[in-house]
Amino acid sequence: MSLLSVERVSRRFGSLVAVSDVSMAVEPGELRAVIGPNGAGKTTFFNMISGFLAPSSGRIVFDGEDVTRLLPAQRVWRGIARTFQITEVFPELTVRENLRIAVEAAAGYRLRPWISREAEAVVSARVTDLSDQGGLADREDRLVGELSHGDQRATEIMMALALNPRLLLLDEPTAGMGDQETDNITQLIRQLHKDHKLSIVLIEHDMRVVFGLADRIMVLAEGTLLAEGTPQQIAANEAVQAAYLGQPA
Amino acid sequence: MPRLDKRAGDVLIWFLLLTAPYWLPAAGSYVELGTRVVVYALAVTALNFLLGYTGVLSFGHAAYFGLGAYGTALTIKYLIPSTPAGMLVGIVVGTAAAAVIGPMIVRLRGVYFAMCTIAFGQVFYFIAFQWFSLTNGDDGVSAWHRMPLDLGFTSIDILNNSTAFYYFALIMFAICAAAMAFLLRSPFGHTLVAIRENERRARFLGIPVDRHIWMSWVISCFFVSIAGTLFALMNNFVDPRALRWDQSGNFVIMAVLGGMRSFWGPLIGSAIFLVLQDYISSHTENWMSFIGLFFVLIVLFFPRGVLGIMRRRPLS
Repeated sequence: MSLLSVERVSRRFGSLVAVSDVSMAVEPGELRAVIGPNGAGKTTFFNMISGFLAPSSGRIVFDGEDVTRLLPAQRVWRGIARTFQITEVFPELTVRENLRIAVEAAAGYRLRPWISREAEAVVSARVTDLSDQGGLADREDRLVGELSHGDQRATEIMMALALNPRLLLLDEPTAGMGDQETDNITQLIRQLHKDHKLSIVLIEHDMRVVFGLADRIMVLAEGTLLAEGTPQQIAANEAVQAAYLGQPA
Repeated sequence: MPRLDKRAGDVLIWFLLLTAPYWLPAAGSYVELGTRVVVYALAVTALNFLLGYTGVLSFGHAAYFGLGAYGTALTIKYLIPSTPAGMLVGIVVGTAAAAVIGPMIVRLRGVYFAMCTIAFGQVFYFIAFQWFSLTNGDDGVSAWHRMPLDLGFTSIDILNNSTAFYYFALIMFAICAAAMAFLLRSPFGHTLVAIRENERRARFLGIPVDRHIWMSWVISCFFVSIAGTLFALMNNFVDPRALRWDQSGNFVIMAVLGGMRSFWGPLIGSAIFLVLQDYISSHTENWMSFIGLFFVLIVLFFPRGVLGIMRRRPLS
């Protein structure tokens, strides 16, 4: 059974159809890339999976449960975590504090007015572990807002990972980054995918990243599903080439 | 700021508060001014739980402050001549009103939230103003006074001994401030800071944001209603100005003056506001213009308030 099954979802904004009748099935442990030209509806598609937007029609099933109408927080509790195209972190808190809030939320401590010394130690160890994995150990006491774009993004990814998700949605994880940062983030994603057997769906523009990471690729154009397949199949697909490069004259 | 400095700051503040009845008269002031500062500091610290630590601006906290005050005054005057009973009723009334109004406003953000809190606040103001048979309208609830505290084995005369009442108010402030500081350091408190910092990220960490804002709102109003009961006891009187919107505005001004990102900011802000008020109003009726000017200067040059000049502290 697929971990995530998106069944013929559409989203309209007034007369604009941002996403039209798109389906997708993601298997456990799969790393799927969603690509497409600007305005193809990729982020809208993501927003519907994560609960940021409700679909105008269609169904989203996660691990056998219909989550179409659930709130973002409820989807997080079921194991869907995401990052955003524009990094969403707590800029005026330190890296450790950012991670700590995520770890406490994941541990179900959000309503606790206090936690025991033992629980505190577990939280602290988990925070250290995440900050090591994210390559943030040497700057974990700095304010996130003062860090480089790549480190902020790494913090956001580690916060999402702190939630112990079964499905991680990454919206353009390398957007606006230099080559070195892009390589670091790509390496981080590959490592997380390998270590945690995570299912990951990512939107990405950088084709080196996409072809370097993805098991399968799905191509959206103008809100519709243009193609889907392995990286080799997509690279050879004429419709995809046309969408990216324009119709041959 | 190194940890030692923070400790030193805390010790200094508590030392000054604990010894206020001894040095205030020597400084040419009087104990009642100290009491007023402590009572307002409690109200503003409570407001700042919501404003500074959850990032939600309320312009209607005077309503719950005033409900606490009216609950206390009316209980002592008509029902039970006991200070603790009056306080209990005041706190329950203020907190219950906040708990009921909360769900109607917690989905709003920013200026819309602020406007709705003003509107609800004014509802209570007009009730107090119009319900003459109960509240005596504009003239306020008078002809009652706080009662000495009966501890069983002994009785503390907080009525006639103003120093005793100062310490009573200070103990209430200390308990409430400690409780709020404790909450802010907990995982629950961290979720509030998360909401302040980035609501979208908080939501996608699985925090039900509206529910947590409601809880922060109720906690804040609970503590502000405690301040309201002390306010009634302090004056042995309450009138509708206690819950009018300009009272709410003064709370916000005090918080911003002192620094809303620091825990002691509200205390410092209340002290500055009330001392300036006390001093300037003995010279001119236009004291508010001077406080307004001072406020503008602080906001222009120290947008994080007097204490905001110092660096922030880590959460944990």
